[in-house]
Amino acid sequence: MGTINHHLTDALLMSYAAGTLDEGFSLVVATHVSLCDECRARLESFEAVGGALVDECEQVALSDDALDATFALIDALPPAPEPIPAPLPDNVFPLPLRNYVGGDINAVRWRPLGGGVMQAVLKTGGAGKVRLLSIPGGTAMPDHGHRGLELTMVLKGAFEDEDGHFGRGDVEVANEDLHHTPVAVAGEDCICLAATDAPLRFKGLVPRIAQPFIGI
Amino acid sequence: MPIDIAIDERSIPAAATSYGARAMETTVPKSTSPENEELVALVTLVRDTKDRGAFAQLFRHFAPRVKAFLMKSGANEGLAEETTQEVMATLWTKAHMFDPSRASVSTWVFTVARNRKIDALRRMKRPEPEDLPWGPEAEPDQADVMSLRQESEKLAQAIAELPEKQRDLIQRAYFGDLSHAQIAEETGLPLGTIKSRIRLALERLRHAMG
Repeated sequence: MGTINHHLTDALLMSYAAGTLDEGFSLVVATHVSLCDECRARLESFEAVGGALVDECEQVALSDDALDATFALIDALPPAPEPIPAPLPDNVFPLPLRNYVGGDINAVRWRPLGGGVMQAVLKTGGAGKVRLLSIPGGTAMPDHGHRGLELTMVLKGAFEDEDGHFGRGDVEVANEDLHHTPVAVAGEDCICLAATDAPLRFKGLVPRIAQPFIGI
Repeated sequence: MPIDIAIDERSIPAAATSYGARAMETTVPKSTSPENEELVALVTLVRDTKDRGAFAQLFRHFAPRVKAFLMKSGANEGLAEETTQEVMATLWTKAHMFDPSRASVSTWVFTVARNRKIDALRRMKRPEPEDLPWGPEAEPDQADVMSLRQESEKLAQAIAELPEKQRDLIQRAYFGDLSHAQIAEETGLPLGTIKSRIRLALERLRHAMG
């Protein structure tokens, strides 16, 4: 496990722990936590807050036959599935992301965006949008701002922008104040998972015209 | 290091603040709570010997709390009853996944209830982090279990001592009345020590099994 320097915010972890975060952002949180012990510990402490709330919760009586009904549910359950074998160490994508892609990096169905940049939109519920981006080393993404929140997590390669260097596992949390120009670090392609809750806003004219067609 | 969370009250619609007034008709009085060690022992019995008596005790303690939690999260009584039974059945089947060096029994119950709630109430998928490849130890270090228990109690105490207004906001964040955007950074929830404790348990697991 390499060193991760850019982490999730407390608000994101608390919202994910509470179970109220959008599916798209939740996918980024689950993918990051899969690689980051620091954020896993922070997440589990926010879950402990939920545990404390359950403890002090008032109680609502169940129906008289609820325990019997629960045993009936248990008895009707299919036998427990075989334990899942430990993941292969050379997976690029952690399990939650593989579940959305339908496999690891080789299973991605890329669509070209021009200039060697490719994307694959992942199907999620909710208003937000989640995509994988592949940016050739040394190439800049179009300069863009956001109306809402954008989370970008690096899975392979690295990018740099006004906020620093982002390598595997790092996540950039960008809000509407940040106008950034990520540039993939020279060398291998940079592959990122990006989730937004509102469409991006590009500064240049051409991307703005193309935007409705390419679905960014 | 204290981790601070504030809730940005300016962005909360007036309607959402009626949470505290929401009536709960069929409440029963709080019974004396079994200690976490007793609860851990009950989960262990369910895991190792499928002990139905132990499960019945867990049920009596947690089912009425889970039902209240689901109703506060917006379920009507019928859906809350049905979902609570599903949550309790899930506890039976997932007893081997519980790790008392990383979570109290209440926290584990909370996570199972939360996941069921997302499925049943919000009809959304829940992406879950990859499990640590080795899973919980069969017999975790008792000192770790004890320290985690102490940290959990301190955290519960700290939450109980928060000013009324702030505690109400935390509850609303967890019962689903606040969006991510309404939870702002920086101000008040002391998570530093329990976070360090969980972090330590994760590192030990990695060293022991990795």
